[in-house]
Amino acid sequence: MNGPGINDFTLRIATVNGTGSASANGLLMKAIFRMGVPVVGKNVFPSNIQGLPTWYEIRVTGDGYAGRDSETHFVIAMNPETYADDLAELAPGGVLLYDSTWPRPQLLSRPDVTVIGAPLSAMCNDAFKAARSRILMKNMAYVGAAAALLNLDLSVIEQLVTEMFAGKEKLIPLNMQAVALGHDYAKQNFKCPLDFRVSPLDKTKGKVMIDGNTAAGIGAVFGGATFGAWYPITPSTSLMDSFQKYCEELRVDPETGQNNFCILQAEDELAAAGLTIGAAWAGARGFTPTSGPGVSLMSEFIGFAYYTEVPLVICDIQRVGPSTGMPTRTQQCDIQLCAYASHGDTRHLVLFPADPGECFEFSAKALDLAERFQTPVFFLSDIDIGMNDWMVDELTWPEDYVPDRGKVLTAEQLEEVDAFYRYLDVDGDTIPYRTLPGIHPKGAYFLRGSGHTKLGRYTEKGPEYKEVVDRLYEKWKRAAAFMPQPVVKTAGRPARYGMIAIGSSDAAVTEARDRLEAAGVPVDYMRIRGFPFSDHVAAFVEAHEEVFVVEQNRDAQLMNLLITETSAAKEKLVPVLHYSGEPLNFRFVFEAVETALKVRKIA
Amino acid sequence: MTSFVKPKIRRLNEPTNALGKSRADYDGAMSTLCAGCGHDSVTAALARAFYELSTDPKDVVKVSGIGCSSKTTTYFLKDAHGANTVHGRMPSFATGAAAVNKNLTYVGVSGDGDSLSIGLGQMAHAIRRNVDMIYMLENNGVYGLTKGQFSASSDIGSKAKKGATNMLPPIDPAIMALSIGATFVARSFSGDKAQLVSLIKAGIAHRGFALIDVISPCVSFNDHKGSTKSYAHTYQYYHKAVHADYVPPSEEITAAYDEGESMPVELHDGGTIMLRKLDADYDPTNRASAMEKLMQSQQTQEILTGLLYIDESRPAMAEHKKLPETPLHSLPYAKLNPGADALRKLQEEFR
Repeated sequence: MNGPGINDFTLRIATVNGTGSASANGLLMKAIFRMGVPVVGKNVFPSNIQGLPTWYEIRVTGDGYAGRDSETHFVIAMNPETYADDLAELAPGGVLLYDSTWPRPQLLSRPDVTVIGAPLSAMCNDAFKAARSRILMKNMAYVGAAAALLNLDLSVIEQLVTEMFAGKEKLIPLNMQAVALGHDYAKQNFKCPLDFRVSPLDKTKGKVMIDGNTAAGIGAVFGGATFGAWYPITPSTSLMDSFQKYCEELRVDPETGQNNFCILQAEDELAAAGLTIGAAWAGARGFTPTSGPGVSLMSEFIGFAYYTEVPLVICDIQRVGPSTGMPTRTQQCDIQLCAYASHGDTRHLVLFPADPGECFEFSAKALDLAERFQTPVFFLSDIDIGMNDWMVDELTWPEDYVPDRGKVLTAEQLEEVDAFYRYLDVDGDTIPYRTLPGIHPKGAYFLRGSGHTKLGRYTEKGPEYKEVVDRLYEKWKRAAAFMPQPVVKTAGRPARYGMIAIGSSDAAVTEARDRLEAAGVPVDYMRIRGFPFSDHVAAFVEAHEEVFVVEQNRDAQLMNLLITETSAAKEKLVPVLHYSGEPLNFRFVFEAVETALKVRKIA
Repeated sequence: MTSFVKPKIRRLNEPTNALGKSRADYDGAMSTLCAGCGHDSVTAALARAFYELSTDPKDVVKVSGIGCSSKTTTYFLKDAHGANTVHGRMPSFATGAAAVNKNLTYVGVSGDGDSLSIGLGQMAHAIRRNVDMIYMLENNGVYGLTKGQFSASSDIGSKAKKGATNMLPPIDPAIMALSIGATFVARSFSGDKAQLVSLIKAGIAHRGFALIDVISPCVSFNDHKGSTKSYAHTYQYYHKAVHADYVPPSEEITAAYDEGESMPVELHDGGTIMLRKLDADYDPTNRASAMEKLMQSQQTQEILTGLLYIDESRPAMAEHKKLPETPLHSLPYAKLNPGADALRKLQEEFR
């Protein structure tokens, strides 16, 4: 499909976690980005702090695709434990660089790849004294070797090293010395650069490299969230880290020193949900980040918020389930869970951001929707978006943004009403008014998860109960028009086939679609961005003979949701399922569709 | 059912408080609990305490979990916001609400099932955070709404109505609270209204989490012979250790007090709690000795009551979290939005 070439290859760095390689890998990616060449970074890491294998993948993608490639063309193998696997995964024609301080002749077993050795440990042991710095400098030495082999600009690397050690300037020359060790060794011993390499472009202006959790945390700050509660869980922790960091930088009142926010670390996810719901009921704009296991624990409270109509934003950064599953690997496996979480008839609003740019936008959007519709809203991201750096347009915030606080009665408004009833549909738009504690005695009401009438009173009478839950259903349906609408990419000529995807699948599906079209198979593509689904979804399915629903789980959760919740014909939907825990790659999607269509032709 | 509205019958020349409100203005809906239930006495004591403190009901927030005790939040202060939340999860909901507006008074009502079994963790963590709230634990040693199972506060040897004997050791909420840093620990009895009202007032005035464990007998499932949470048993083993009177900031302390027997504890609202020790060797400001006394009383089956421990020095959650004077819901967006320049600047590290 595409071989390795200039600005078109994938580099994989295999290390041991806890050895400080993350910053060296980030530096390599940043260097390419600063040379104006688009990059995709994927961190493949274990649920562990020290000693297990970890990989960092950098795809250099001159044409700007944001998804993963499943092929590896260049491996920096720094972990002897995984040499065999790393060698096996290399595409034909690829290159493997390893630490030849301890020579490994068995690495020469594949005639179709090139294995080169650089004695990185030996060189660093000679140059540096402290044991810890020898380990860390070895990372910088492979950066240097990669720079020579891949034609990276040393001045860009030096600039990055300078920024990295701002405040610890003593370390800059030491690190650059290590870079030079690797660089010079490669130059002196191998033909540099390789045939596939980096060549400067001008394609990263106005772009940033940011992960989705950081972006979502910033979005919550700009969206006016004042409350956050969470129980630490991979991979959502960094979302609250981001919110906390930027609140502490930007939200401490300069005059009083008081916090214009409150962040509480909960004792578990049940409490995280309770804290957030309590704060929202009392009037704060709040959210709680978590992952699948947390949503399972929050389920009772989610139903409570749904039935009592309290705004609640849950950011579910999905990881591989069921149970503990693979906590550091990615999937889209909580789609059905979030659509219907809790016992009884419950249904929720779900947002599907596709990249960190949308994480920024949708985390604020989720706050607006939750307060407008007085109901739980799920922000459904995943590890791939949440914890990997993606190249996106620089984040900008609309100057004229005003938070949608929904229907909350003020003291003045309460003064004028004869009586206030919490669940009365006064405006005929399915959304009642709410009041906050401490505002006005006329606003007082009693919130209860038990059966209640439209006036807010306890009931066990069927018709009174039904009146309220029927309105809740209508309210939910009405929200469809307020969700972000689907994004459609149409083929250059009429297409018999369509693809549907959500969230992090977008990058791979977009690329697969382009390549299918280039290969003579025009396919239209709809990316859904919210649940309840827009009417356009059923129309899209209607307009095509077959629609491939691409998603990252075993059970075709999105496809089944489409069957249940739209009028789309079941027979037209074809599942394309990827659930290994690795980020979706374009080759998988391309091949799945191509194979399916070949089968059609034979039949 | 809590939808019954209590008829408003006003007496002539009804006494009123500083706000001009009568005691009936602190009532709620009609109770639907069993006749003689201890919980109704606790409800009445709460209403009385707020009336005497001249609190505006709209400035109170009532929260509860699930169970007989948790139903009672509708039975007082009808002009206050209230929330009947999820079983065992009232503390987290209350903590979230309290974080939004530190100027309101938060009352949690719970029971021994709600607090000591399903909600033990949440209660403990609300204590650790020192959330500024009063927490009424209406303790009857039994699951009433599900008809008579033992709760975690049942004493060893206590008999159920149907004859079974509890073999598991009880969780004493006061001892547990002391062990995890509680700053206000009291115990009382629904049958002792005077003591209960004065403890509630002191608990409301206290800065931080105030636990009041109230022995509140269940007339339907745990008031028989052999039960250690019956009215008869409680009257027999009830022992007052420390009396506490709350004196608001506006009042002068007039009561005479003798060194060694009485001591004033100054509160952050400017008021004072006058402690009167009924046991001469009991020091309610010493955590270790309070703990020792409580553990001893457990052995002798004595029900030690009064203000068992107080510590005004530890900051409440609002100070610890530096929460603003303005409630979080009323902070203007201009104060929350860092602006375009800040957004541009913070992205420098992502280039």
